[in-house]
Amino acid sequence: MTDKSQLQYTADHEWVLIEGDTATIGITAYAAEKLGDVVFVDLPEEGTAVTAGTVVGEIESTKSVGEIFVPVNGTVTATNGAVVDAPELVNSDPFGEGWLIKVTFTEAPTLMSFADYSALIGE
Amino acid sequence: MTSVDPLAEARFSPLHQAHVDAGASFTDFAGWQMPVRYSSDLAEHHAVRNTAGIFDLSHMAEIRVTGPDAGVYLDYTFAGLLSGIALMQAKYSLLLTEGGGIIDDVVVYRLGDAEYLVVANAGNRFAALEAMQARAARFDVTVADESDDIALIAVQGPEARDILNATAGFAAGGDMIALRYYRAMNGDFSGTALFIARTGYTGEDGFELYIPVAQAPALWDAIVTAGENRGLVPAGLASRDTLRLEAGMPLYGHELTRSTYPAQAGLGRVVNLAKDTDFVGRTASEEGPSATAPVLVGLIAQGKRAGRAGYEVYATPDAADAAGEITSGALSPTLGYPIAMAYVTPALARLGTEVYVDVRGTRIPATVASLPFYSRKK
Repeated sequence: MTDKSQLQYTADHEWVLIEGDTATIGITAYAAEKLGDVVFVDLPEEGTAVTAGTVVGEIESTKSVGEIFVPVNGTVTATNGAVVDAPELVNSDPFGEGWLIKVTFTEAPTLMSFADYSALIGE
Repeated sequence: MTSVDPLAEARFSPLHQAHVDAGASFTDFAGWQMPVRYSSDLAEHHAVRNTAGIFDLSHMAEIRVTGPDAGVYLDYTFAGLLSGIALMQAKYSLLLTEGGGIIDDVVVYRLGDAEYLVVANAGNRFAALEAMQARAARFDVTVADESDDIALIAVQGPEARDILNATAGFAAGGDMIALRYYRAMNGDFSGTALFIARTGYTGEDGFELYIPVAQAPALWDAIVTAGENRGLVPAGLASRDTLRLEAGMPLYGHELTRSTYPAQAGLGRVVNLAKDTDFVGRTASEEGPSATAPVLVGLIAQGKRAGRAGYEVYATPDAADAAGEITSGALSPTLGYPIAMAYVTPALARLGTEVYVDVRGTRIPATVASLPFYSRKK
């Protein structure tokens, strides 16, 4: 299990793990809980150039659709095929096995701290 | 008449504490805070199909009609022939506008020679009550809103009957095996009279139990206890919606509105034009919708991307103008592929017609299919 306090966050309820020039991105447990049971995950292809603040994928639950915003400019270097095959991983382990994409960047993004995000969602 | 402000602050079911204790997430439904799911809406959906689920429907409206004119009043007020139903029989009916649109869809139970119970949607409680009271003027009837006094618990799924049989304190007033679909009987729960109907909104066998609000929590707990080893789970509104969609059942506000004619929704059979008396909406119903009015169809698609309420339907991949709109849609938990109900132009309504659903900018092929999508094995 990832240490949530070591992650950074967006107001769109993504979490971001920065390791060197790579950001691993997923959605938070709060977001997964709000969506309900995830049944379909649509991710960008590896090699896609992405722009911070844009929608790069979708997460569908039985009841609704969530958009995946990428919080950094860069290139998608990996996608999590496991969540495409087993979307329920987004619910069961959002901060671990349920990660979505990895993006390499040249300029690190400015994101929310764990404390700020916790305050945002009222925890 | 009760003077409850429909815009008052959130209302809570008499079973609210049980839902909180069970870890429910809540959603607003017609001003009520109701459980949307307890843990997993998929698990709750599958439990109802395979074992059983228990639903709190206490937000629904119960309106009692009594008096010597009850039958003829209901025949005038609703689209069906309700004076003709047998004692302890239920009938699905429609409350129409003068113009033939749908104010609400209801289930009507005959409780006595001159006594009926009308069960209306929570969101239409006041609209239905207002129409029913306005239409009562020239009849010798009393129309009483008992919604705040009556709780409604549904137990649905193949294990429902066995679970109720095993529920401590629960006694049916007759043979629940012999009780037919859309029939009802009286019962008793620990000294409190209750009303047991073999009805539901899931496509499974099951029962709906009407009980005074004060005794509802004890009944809920007793059923949950009896169901512990029989696969019973508490089930929320999210699973209720996917269950009814698979069963092809309309939801007011989606498939049915004041501007929808019953015939468009495939409910022409519910409007009894053979009745020899007048009823509100009769003239408009006889005229019917125009030949070009959209009609309700089922849609099925491949893959996992579901069309949802509000998504437009097109005749071709590049047609400029939409030829229809989805009113309910989801990835079917039971079937594993996307299903939807949609209003489409009559030219596209034939079974097997290929259409295209605009799923957030991508047109996904779908096929017009018969309703229901799912029928339980009898």
